Amino acid sequence: MKASLIERLTEGAIATFLWLLRVAVVLVVVVGSALTIMSGRYSLEVYVGLVVSGLTLGSIYALIALGYTMVYGILRMINFAHGEIFMAGAFAGYFVVTASDKLGFLNQGPVTAMITIVVAILVAVAVATPIALLVEKIAYRPLRNAPRLVPLISAIGASFVLQYTFRGFFGPGIYSYPTVDFLDQTLPISGVIVRYVDVIVVISAFVMMTGLYLFVMRTKLGTAIRAVSEDKDTAALMGIDVNRAIVTTFGLGAAMAGAAGVLYALLFRQVFFLTGFVPGIKAFTAAVLGGIGNIPGAMLGGLFLGQVESIGPTLFLDGFNVPSPNQLKDVIAFTMLVLVLVFRPSGILGERIARSRA
Amino acid sequence: MTVTSAGMPATGTAPSATGSAPAMPVSFQRRVIRTGLLGAVIALYLCMVGIVPIFNARPLVQGVISLGQAALFLSLFATGFVATRRVAESSSRLIADGAIAGGLSGVALSALVLVGSMVDVRAFMPNASPVLYGILTFNLGTVGFWIPMALGAVLGGLAGAVGLASPRLRRSLFVGLISLFALGLFAGLIRTPMLALPVDELARLLFASDGLTLIGAVVVLVLSVGLHHLQRTRRLDRQFAALPPSQRRRIQIPLIALAAVFVLVLPQGLGSFFAQVIAIVALYVMMGLGLNITLGLAGLLDLGFVAFFAVGAYTVGLLTSTAEFGIAQWPFWAAVPVAVIVAMVFGAFLGLPILSIRGDYLAIATMGFGEIIRILAGSDLMKPLLGGPRGIINIPKPIEVPPDSLLAGPNQIYYIALIGAALIAFVAWRLRASRLGRAWIAIREDEDVAEAIGINLIQTKILAYMLGAAFAGLGGAVFAALVGSIFASSIQLMVSINVASLIIVGGMGSIPGVIVGAIFLIGLPELFREFSEYRFLFYGIALIAMMQLRPEGLLPSRIVRREFQHGGGDEPPESSTSPLAL
Repeated sequence: MKASLIERLTEGAIATFLWLLRVAVVLVVVVGSALTIMSGRYSLEVYVGLVVSGLTLGSIYALIALGYTMVYGILRMINFAHGEIFMAGAFAGYFVVTASDKLGFLNQGPVTAMITIVVAILVAVAVATPIALLVEKIAYRPLRNAPRLVPLISAIGASFVLQYTFRGFFGPGIYSYPTVDFLDQTLPISGVIVRYVDVIVVISAFVMMTGLYLFVMRTKLGTAIRAVSEDKDTAALMGIDVNRAIVTTFGLGAAMAGAAGVLYALLFRQVFFLTGFVPGIKAFTAAVLGGIGNIPGAMLGGLFLGQVESIGPTLFLDGFNVPSPNQLKDVIAFTMLVLVLVFRPSGILGERIARSRA
Repeated sequence: MTVTSAGMPATGTAPSATGSAPAMPVSFQRRVIRTGLLGAVIALYLCMVGIVPIFNARPLVQGVISLGQAALFLSLFATGFVATRRVAESSSRLIADGAIAGGLSGVALSALVLVGSMVDVRAFMPNASPVLYGILTFNLGTVGFWIPMALGAVLGGLAGAVGLASPRLRRSLFVGLISLFALGLFAGLIRTPMLALPVDELARLLFASDGLTLIGAVVVLVLSVGLHHLQRTRRLDRQFAALPPSQRRRIQIPLIALAAVFVLVLPQGLGSFFAQVIAIVALYVMMGLGLNITLGLAGLLDLGFVAFFAVGAYTVGLLTSTAEFGIAQWPFWAAVPVAVIVAMVFGAFLGLPILSIRGDYLAIATMGFGEIIRILAGSDLMKPLLGGPRGIINIPKPIEVPPDSLLAGPNQIYYIALIGAALIAFVAWRLRASRLGRAWIAIREDEDVAEAIGINLIQTKILAYMLGAAFAGLGGAVFAALVGSIFASSIQLMVSINVASLIIVGGMGSIPGVIVGAIFLIGLPELFREFSEYRFLFYGIALIAMMQLRPEGLLPSRIVRREFQHGGGDEPPESSTSPLAL
C-alpha cells in the first residue's frame, strides 16, 4: 500500500513536470514571439525572407527525411548513415559543377546553368544510390533479424566509415561550390527577395517528391514496398520479393538524398566530409515530426522543421534579447526533436507506433 | 587486419550462404577472378584513402618495411589467400590461382600508377601523389609501373602456397606474422621502459625508436613461429578451466595481485606521452563503467553522455578556476562531489521526460540532449557564465606536487581515474547482484514483462540515468583537471560515441569488457595519434565487423552472451539469477 502511494506520488510529480515543460515551451514561443513582434525590430520583408529560406531548407530536409522514413517503415531501423549518402551526393555534384565551371559552360546563361544542375543531380543520384546499396548489403542485410540496437550500432559504424573514407579520399578541406550567377539573381517581384536558387530548390524537391509518391502509390514495386512495410512475413507469403522491396527502398531513399545533397550544396555553396551529419539528424527529426514511416508526413515534417528553424531563432528568442540567436537554431531543432519524441512520438500524421515496437 | 575482416563477408563464408549447390570446378575460375577484383578494389581503397601513403611514415621493421607497405602487402596476400581457400586442388593450380587473384589486384595498382603519371588529380585527391606512386613502385616512378603487378602475383602465389602447408604450420606462420605486427606497432611502448631498466642493451638491439630492428624482427619471427609450432601441450586456459575451484583460486589470487601491481606501476618510467595516453584510457574506463550501468545493465542506449560529462567538467571549472570565470576557487576535491551531484540532478531532469521513449528513439533523443548542451555551452547566451568558445582556463591540478615526483603531470590523473574506476566498478558489481541491478536487467530484457512482475519502471530507469550521469560527471571533472581547462570544443558528440562504442566492442554489461574496449578503442588510436584521421574509420569498421562477428562484444557478461546465443533476446535465458562473474 505504502509503495503504491509513493508510486502515485512520483507519477504525479512526473506528470506535473511534463506539464510544466509544455507550459514553459509554449510560454517561450508565445511571449518570445510577442516581444519580438512588438519590438518592431524587423520589417515584414524580413519575415517573408525567413519564410522563403525556411521553405527552401525545409524542402531539402523533406527530401532527406523520405529516405529515413521509408527505411524505418520497412525495416524499423534508423539508417544512421543516410546523412552520409546525402554528403556523397553533394560531393558528386561538386565535381560536376566545378567541371562545368572549368569548361566555361556553367555561366554562359540560365540554360547552361540549368543543364549543369540537372546533370549534377543525375550524377549525384548515380553515385549516392550504389553507395547506399553497398552499405545495405555489407552493414545491414546480415543483421536483419538481430536485436534492434545491433543494426543501429552497425549504422553508426557505417556512418563513420563513409565520413572518413571521404575525408581520406578528398582531404579534410572544405570545397567551395563555384558561383552560379544565374542562381543568385532575384525574381522580379517587388518587395520580396526571392533568389532563383530558392525557386529551383523548391521546385526540384517537389518534382522529386511527387515522383516518389506516385512511384510508391501507383507502381507494382511501390505496392510491394508498402506491403512489406506493413508486414514482412505476410508479404513474403503473398509472393512478394521482400529483399527486392527493401533494396528498392534503400535505393529510392538514397536517390532522394543524393539529389538533396546537390540542392543543399547549391544553397550553402560548400561541401566537406562532415556535411551530412547535421542535416541528416535534422531530417530524421523531420521524419519523426511528420510521423515516421509516413511519406507525406516526412514531407510535411521537413517543411515544418525548415520553417521553425528559419523563423524560430529570430521570432522566439530575439524578443528575449538573446545574443546572436542564430547560434541556437540547432538547439531549437533538437529541442523540437526531443519534445516530439516525448509528447507525440507518432508525429503529426503518424502511423501509430505500437509501444512494443518503439 | 581490418582489411581482411572487411573483405570477408563478401567472399569468405560463401558456402553457407549459397547452400544448395556444392562448389563446382566451374565456379572456380570465376571465384578467383571475383576475389581478385575485390582485392583490387580494396587495394585501391587503401591507397586512395591514404592508409598506404600516410602509414608509410611509420616503420614496422626499421629500414625494411613500413606500416603502409605492410598494409598493402597484406591486402595482396589476403586476396591470394581468400581466392585459394577451401579449394582442394593440385599444388601448381593453387599457386597459379593465388597468383592470378593477387596479380589482378596488382594490375589495378599498376593502372593507378600509369593513370596517375598522366593526370594530376592531387587538387582534390591529396593521396594520389608521387609519394604513393613511389611506394607502389619502390621509388622507380612510372618506369616501374609493372612492379605492383608482379608483387601482387608473387604475394598471391605465396598465399596459395601457404594453403599447401599443414594447418598447424600455417597457424604458426600466422601467429608469427601477427606477433611481428604487434611488436612492431608497440615497439616504442615496450622500448621506453626497457631502456630505463638494466635490459637497455637488449632493447636497443631489438627495437628501433619506431618499429623493430632487422635483428629484432628475425628474433620475433623465429621465436613466435618456433614456440607456437613446438607447443605440444594443451592451451593454458583450457588446462586452467579443468582445475578444481580451490586450485584455481590458488593460481588466481597471485595473478590478480600481480596485475594490480602492474597497473599501479604502469605509468612510472613510461615517459610523459604514454603516461598521458594511459591516463586518458583510465578516464574512459571510468566513464565506460558509468555508462555501462545505463547501457549494459539497464539497456538504455544513452548517446547524450557528453551532456553530463560537460556538466561535471564545467562545474569543476567554475568552482576551482583561478582565472576569469572561476567563482569559488575551491580545491579540486571539494568541487568533485558537487560536480557529481549537479550531474546527477541533470541526469534526473533529462531522464524524466524521456522515460517512455525506448530503444533507438531513446538513442536519438539523448543524442539531441547532448547536442543541445554542447551548442549552449559554446553559445553567446552562456558566454558570460561559461566563457563561450574561450572556455574556462587555469583549473588547478588536484594535487600540487614537485614536477619530478611519482604523482607529477598526467600520472596523478591516472591514479585518480584508477581510483574512480575501481570505485565505480565496485559500485557496479555490488549493484548488479542487488535487487536494483536485477530490476535493470529485467528492464533490458523486456520492459513490459518487467513492469508486469512489479518493477517500478519510473524509479528504476531514473536511477539508471542518475547513476550513469553521476559517473559521467565524475569523468568530466577528472577530464577538466587533466587538461587544466574546459572549452566548448571539448564537448563533442564523439565523447558519447566513444564511450558507447567501447562498451559495445568490449561487451555489454561486463566490467573487464569495458577495460578491453577502452584499451582497444581509446588506447590504440591515441598511440597512433599521427594517424588520428583514420581513427574513426577503424572505429566504423570495428563496429560493423563486431556487430556481425561478435555482437555480444569481446568479453561479454555471461547473461548477454547467452542472450545472443539464444537468438535475439526474444527469450530471456531461464536462469538470469545465476551469479554473475566479474
